[in-house]
Amino acid sequence: MYTTDLRTAEEKAEEARKGVPRSALDTDALEAEFQARIDADAYIEPKDYMPDGYRKTLVRQMSQHAHSEIVGMLPEGCWVGRAPTLKRKMILIAKVQDEAGHGLYLYSAAETLGTSREELVRQLLAGEAKYSTIFNYPTTNWSDVCTIGWLVDGAAITNQIPLCRCSYGPYARAMVKVCKEESFHQRQGYEALLQMMKGTEAQKRMVQDSFDRWFWPSLMMFGPPDSNSAHSSQNMKWKIKRFSNDELRQRFVDATIPQAEFLGVKVPDVIVKNAETDHYDFGELDWDEFMAVVKGGGICASNRIDARKKALEDGTWVRDAASAYAEKQQVATVAAAE
Amino acid sequence: MADDWDLYEVFIRSKRGSSHKHVGSVHAVDSRLALESARDLYTRRSEGESLWVVAAKDILASDPLEGDALFGPAADKIYRHPTFYEIPDEVGKM
Ligand SMILES: [Fe+2]
Ligand SMILES: [Fe+2]
Repeated sequence: MYTTDLRTAEEKAEEARKGVPRSALDTDALEAEFQARIDADAYIEPKDYMPDGYRKTLVRQMSQHAHSEIVGMLPEGCWVGRAPTLKRKMILIAKVQDEAGHGLYLYSAAETLGTSREELVRQLLAGEAKYSTIFNYPTTNWSDVCTIGWLVDGAAITNQIPLCRCSYGPYARAMVKVCKEESFHQRQGYEALLQMMKGTEAQKRMVQDSFDRWFWPSLMMFGPPDSNSAHSSQNMKWKIKRFSNDELRQRFVDATIPQAEFLGVKVPDVIVKNAETDHYDFGELDWDEFMAVVKGGGICASNRIDARKKALEDGTWVRDAASAYAEKQQVATVAAAE
Repeated sequence: MADDWDLYEVFIRSKRGSSHKHVGSVHAVDSRLALESARDLYTRRSEGESLWVVAAKDILASDPLEGDALFGPAADKIYRHPTFYEIPDEVGKM
């Protein structure tokens, strides 16, 4: 197989039992070679030796990432029918379609590590896998959709750019493609907000209101503070992560505050430029809220998974029809050959 | 959920004159639908003008652990490279 190790557990056990005829089965040597490759900034590819922990961490992170893209379609997708103009509707459809694409690039990359798509989707629907908590907040009006583009996609880009150089080849390559597409998402959102800020007082209030609600949650997208982030140092050594949560969060704040000022929204008083560090200080985040949302306390948590289950069920007849048609075609081809 | 459909690897030729390059994979019920999905998934922004899909199970790949046995022997055949040969400057560019 070219990229993907889709052997079943039994097949793997069978091969292990037979004993693979190669001297290189010395795990220490393989592990040293693996780490040396990473230290040299080279990539790990699907069929290479990798420690179990590396494989597990990647499957977890990449599938969470894929799930986030897929669930992320929901708060925006529900605005396609209510977009204010045909132009905005076309843009939003394109953006939501991109997010579906991002999810699929990432599932495809995650599968190269030997976990099937079916299993990854099962984990999401069973509530066993996480996705970004940001998508458990509701989109209450059109300006929320624009703000998501600006802040949520903006934070995602900040997170994703370093992943383009992550040590696992298929993940890095998927991220290069994702990052190219994300830039449009952020720009369309910000531009739509600029447009609203030229509108009525009510429209300006809508922009301010959605900024106020989305700003802090978008900072939480970078994950818990470095002081209590569980997996950081090993992931740094494996170059799955290249910058800490706090570093990336700071980078995002520094980029976003000037954009907010240009847009003309009022930023929270606690945010001040620190003359010494040349960065924006932003105080402490409300991690209790974050943890509550992680544990499924977001307003929309159960809606999101129900919507995914419904999508899967509603699509059953399409998949059945495709299977039936493919079978018929195959019978016809065989008959024609005879 | 029903079993996954087969996995197909997707290759795109970005423009005439280039070769096809691997970009990812799709699941599909047959190769024809794999091509349709690959088109929707991987070419939303004029990324290519030709697509290949190949059933992943039909691809045989070399084993990275045999990399040395396969590719090592080429390393000491430096006489296969033009830089191995010294040509006097007077001869000019060759
Ligand atoms: Fe995305
Ligand atoms: Fe996006």
